[in-house]
Amino acid sequence: MPFLQAIWIVTRKDLLVEFRSREVVYTTLFFAVSVLLVFSFSFVREGVAIEGAAPGILWVAIAFSGTLALGRVFERERQNETLRGLLMSPAERPAVYLGKLLGILLLLFAVEIVIVPLVAFLFQAPLFRHPVLLLGLLTTGTLGFAAVGTLFSAMLVRTRSRDVLLPLLLYPITVPVMIAGVRGTAALLQADVDLPMARAWLSMIVFFDVVFVTLSLWTFEAVVAE
Amino acid sequence: MTSAFTPLTVLLAAMFTLAPVLIIGAPYESSMGLVQKIFYFHFASWMGMFAATIVCGVASARVLFQRRAASDITAVSAAELVVVFGIIGLITGPLWGRKAWGVWWTWDGRATSALVLWLIFVSYLLLRRFGGPGSERLSAAIGLFGMFNVPFVYWSVNLWRTLHPKTSVVPTLPVDMGLPLWFSTVAFLGLTTVLLALRTRLERRKSELDALHLAMDEDERE
Repeated sequence: MPFLQAIWIVTRKDLLVEFRSREVVYTTLFFAVSVLLVFSFSFVREGVAIEGAAPGILWVAIAFSGTLALGRVFERERQNETLRGLLMSPAERPAVYLGKLLGILLLLFAVEIVIVPLVAFLFQAPLFRHPVLLLGLLTTGTLGFAAVGTLFSAMLVRTRSRDVLLPLLLYPITVPVMIAGVRGTAALLQADVDLPMARAWLSMIVFFDVVFVTLSLWTFEAVVAE
Repeated sequence: MTSAFTPLTVLLAAMFTLAPVLIIGAPYESSMGLVQKIFYFHFASWMGMFAATIVCGVASARVLFQRRAASDITAVSAAELVVVFGIIGLITGPLWGRKAWGVWWTWDGRATSALVLWLIFVSYLLLRRFGGPGSERLSAAIGLFGMFNVPFVYWSVNLWRTLHPKTSVVPTLPVDMGLPLWFSTVAFLGLTTVLLALRTRLERRKSELDALHLAMDEDERE
């Protein structure tokens, strides 16, 4: 089976399952909105958001809802032992990993399409002043987060306390991407926009994306093997 | 355990006795005063932590790719040392920062990334403890990721240009400060080695004991 085709088959399977129930999209979206609501209680004073709060709120919402989505997507694979079936299929292991990653990414992008305008709306953040750079930061940042997240969720599937352990392992490792995402977004939102700074943070995320995806592809086979 | 263990322990005991003498003998730094003396152990304990990180990462890679069970013992022992030396660094760092910058903790690049590295290895140990059966291979992946985070920690200060003294400070120290510093560093690296050897021996004895228990149970059943 050609490599790219295998990736697409795995992704399509995930999307098909998701389209039938829409469980992950609905729950993750609702969770993200609730997170934003909780933040608004602490960071909006007298109708005005605290300066510089929006980038942090946006990225924390992405990280939290991303963790929830990762947990649910792999819980689904666990219930009927379908992950084992997936690993026994003739598809190459890296293709399985990339297929799962692509599915998670598409899910998270769907969530971001809703929460980014919502952050702009609720916290008066001029998020759409530089849409291309913001899109770059969001895409690469989500990729870095999801790359590690997919690997860790896949390896935690057979572990007892997987729901607690996933954020515990995921957040410290993905901190560089989070820092760069928040700082890059902050550079775009501040009064005098600092474009070179935003680009510098963007290139740092790209660097970490390369590191994380390479490491994940390298270790995925060894980690999921029984 | 190799025969080098006892002489190495004696040598280390001598070095750790001599180190305070050398540190007292080093010149008094004018702006930092007595607090500057923390630096000799602060730097050395971070070096010990980095060495343990690399040992853990390499051992983890061998667990993952060569499926060597023996390397797993080395990896978990090294991870524990990372956490221990990290605690020393994280305690001495704020003591320095209080005097140098007037605050106990700043979110500067080096401090933040060192804290992150330490957290990664705490999560490694948590996974080992609460992950249940099969967590060896999973924690090996964490160890590998942790090791690849080390260069990031090292260069972050140069990238973020913040409060922490830059990495170029150490090679440019005057000789009478540099000598006790490198002496302490070597002593801490030796301590890392000895503790690692002790810890792996303990773990090996534990598995031997388990095997004996199992054999005994089987004998009784027969």
